[in-house]
Amino acid sequence: MIVRIMGEGQVKLDDSHFPTLNGLDDELLAEVESGDEAGFRRTLTALLEAVRTLGAPLPEDSLEPSELILPAPEATIDEVRAMLTEDGLIPD
Amino acid sequence: MSGVMKRMGMIFRAKANKALDRAEDPRETLDYSYQKQLELLQKVRRGVADVATSRKRLELQLNQLNTQSGRLEDQGKKALALGREDLAREALTRRSALTQQISDLQQQHETLQTEENKLTLAAQRLQAKVDAFRTRKETIKATYTAAQAQTRIGEAFSGISEEMGDVGMAIQRAEDKTAQLQARSGAIDELLASGALDDQTGTTKDDLSAELDRISGNADVEFELERMKAELAGGSSSDRQAIEGGAATPQQEQQQESPKFDKQ
Repeated sequence: MIVRIMGEGQVKLDDSHFPTLNGLDDELLAEVESGDEAGFRRTLTALLEAVRTLGAPLPEDSLEPSELILPAPEATIDEVRAMLTEDGLIPD
Repeated sequence: MSGVMKRMGMIFRAKANKALDRAEDPRETLDYSYQKQLELLQKVRRGVADVATSRKRLELQLNQLNTQSGRLEDQGKKALALGREDLAREALTRRSALTQQISDLQQQHETLQTEENKLTLAAQRLQAKVDAFRTRKETIKATYTAAQAQTRIGEAFSGISEEMGDVGMAIQRAEDKTAQLQARSGAIDELLASGALDDQTGTTKDDLSAELDRISGNADVEFELERMKAELAGGSSSDRQAIEGGAATPQQEQQQESPKFDKQ
């Protein structure tokens, strides 16, 4: 599957890693919703680290849609919350 | 309840699909999107230039503050050498206020540099994708009917619109950061202009410099007198060092043999 790390580009990783990422992802959402800033930072860092180490970057001129999209490493909890709304932070 | 990355993926895809659905003939979407991509590329390049401009301005200010800090240190030393501890203290107090400003600016400079690097990379990535899209677009238009093109267009379009969304956010973030820093940078400019930091033009002479100039004017005379006294007393400083070093010079022997030469 293809995962985008915002601001960094796309990474391709084997579908077998999905459960690992999924667990962290659910944790991340819970932290966003409860406003747990420290937990959010920790989980996001772990998620990004996992994607970077388990995957390989896609070539720059590829035109593939990503299945999963992760916020940039320095994204704040508020930014992420806003991005999860339909017309949040993503410009048209 | 799906997690963050799954939901964000869905949101991006939904946006791309909405844009595709709006078009009568999907091939028109390709052209329209390509125009948008070129506009975005220009915007990213402008963004890089803006950030670079702000960064250079910060560098200039940092240089000014560093120069000023060095000057205050010199003034402090000079004041101390002249036995004016009050002036030295004043110079060092002003210098420590500057040091805070400098480390603040250095941090901002780092932030801008990071932002600039990110945008530069984003511009390169987008450029590569836009080129790939153009090729794909022409192939699709030449090869497929509107009906057949639908799926092919969908893939290429989703890929590029996601990249555009990502880059769009990067620009947004860089613009926000730059605006914040420019406001603070303006405050430093005002500080420099007000003479509080005594700029390098030398048009404003602060009380500290003036006082130091006044006493060092006197001091130079004092130093000169000291030097002359030492010479008259027989022996330049180098001779004195030789004596202390225990090297027997003819002059020394002569002095030892003639007690009528009073060393005082």
